[in-house]
Amino acid sequence: MRIPNIALGAAGLATFLALGEAVPRLGPVDAEYFSPPSRIAGALREELGDAAFWSALGDTLTGWVIGLGIASGAAVLCGLLITVVPFLRQVTASTIEFLRPIPSVALIPLAVLLYGSELRSVLLLVVYASFWQVLIQVLYGVQDVDPVADETARSYGLGTWARIRHVTWPTALPYVMTGIRLAAAVALVLAITAELVIGAPGLGSLIAVAQASQAVPDMYALITVTGALGLLINLGARAVERRALAWHQSVRGETVL
Amino acid sequence: MAPVRTGGDRTVRALTRQVLFAVGLPAVLLGLWWAASDGSTDPFWPPLRTILQIFPSVWTGERLRADLLPSVLRLAGGYTLAGVVGIGLGTVIGSYRGMRAFCEPVLEFLRAVPPPVLVPVIMLFAGIGDTMKIVVIASGCVWPVLLNTVEGVRAVDSVMLETARSYHVRGVGRLRNLVLPSASPQIVAGLRQALSIGIILMVISEMFAANNGIGFTVVQFQRSFAIPDMWTGILLLSLLGFLLSLAFSFAERRVLGWYHGLRASTRRS
Repeated sequence: MRIPNIALGAAGLATFLALGEAVPRLGPVDAEYFSPPSRIAGALREELGDAAFWSALGDTLTGWVIGLGIASGAAVLCGLLITVVPFLRQVTASTIEFLRPIPSVALIPLAVLLYGSELRSVLLLVVYASFWQVLIQVLYGVQDVDPVADETARSYGLGTWARIRHVTWPTALPYVMTGIRLAAAVALVLAITAELVIGAPGLGSLIAVAQASQAVPDMYALITVTGALGLLINLGARAVERRALAWHQSVRGETVL
Repeated sequence: MAPVRTGGDRTVRALTRQVLFAVGLPAVLLGLWWAASDGSTDPFWPPLRTILQIFPSVWTGERLRADLLPSVLRLAGGYTLAGVVGIGLGTVIGSYRGMRAFCEPVLEFLRAVPPPVLVPVIMLFAGIGDTMKIVVIASGCVWPVLLNTVEGVRAVDSVMLETARSYHVRGVGRLRNLVLPSASPQIVAGLRQALSIGIILMVISEMFAANNGIGFTVVQFQRSFAIPDMWTGILLLSLLGFLLSLAFSFAERRVLGWYHGLRASTRRS
């Protein structure tokens, strides 16, 4: 008999929690460093009742959403511009390949100097890191345009804008959505990293404070929150993707049949 | 003879064109930076001339040995560890449906935790030495490798698996000749993601607590307001990221050459 996947997953989660509970209590690792889940849950409950936690969560989400918005908007505009002018594409290829692998955290010292621990520091890192994710996807997506469709649009006398609107954009949209989903995860990581390292207000700086004050269960509780946030963002991005591309799947389905 | 010459001319011209396209924009951008920053008195944006002038003296032999080398060694250690653990565990988890379903929720959650927040936790266990940094790098890099390996192993062609079974290809032979090669494009994709995470974690772990390393030195420069020196550090990190990604592409072409060739030929036909 096959056990359903959900049951197995739940069993896995339960085993994980039980191990986390048993190992520090039985003593192979120090309970002072490795809080059992029950104590983490207690600390989490306290955090949830604390106004500071909610304002930190708000700060983190603000940095995340503004950064992701700027990066996605700029990347889509740049991507379309680069692909509309073929010359630009050839000229920028090497520069994009050079700038993309530059680790965003290299900019931390610069961000600290320029903006201190303000929101703008966080934004600098978030925008830099997530911009490339979206840009590369836009470039791939536009490359995928069906030449026949493009030629047809041309022969019907569609102008550049009309072709972008009706041919290029619908083809590129699935790629753009994938790029934004990847960028959403990257943006969260960078927002929390910036808060952790630079000290800008947010969940990251709360973790740094908890660590400095030896509040180990609180630290684990906050880390759990960041993980849950990451999961929610991923799920949310997938849902948005499905919504925005509903037409796409159906169109593809019809042509296949 | 004439056509041969034009052919040669054309390749030369195409090559020059390519080189021009590759270096054109970077040259223009650097030139702009040079011109715009030359004579700059803004302490935060020193002239590019100054930055490039002091670059060789800042990153001399001694600092390369004392800062760059430990950073790169930690990165190599953590990355290798993550690769071995990720591919190993991923192969095991990916091979059994029950195992996959059992582990999936926990793995998804652990992956969703932003890797840099693990730095404070791992500092509790491992102190602030090299072990901590290697563990931090490995703990961040392992997820993309692990999850991609699981996906790759899961997607091995079932007809091939059946064929292997009927020819009694089992155990190590099956793993080496069928499962790993067929999962390797996915595994390499995971390793590529892990590389950029690894560089980020290398820098961050050194920014937290260290007495050497590029991340540590760059932050020292920034705190002591040695701004041009800090800029050379940023340039060095950029260069390192670029070179590592170049090396990765090179290795990928060697390892996955058969796969890209196969893809290209199926696309042509």
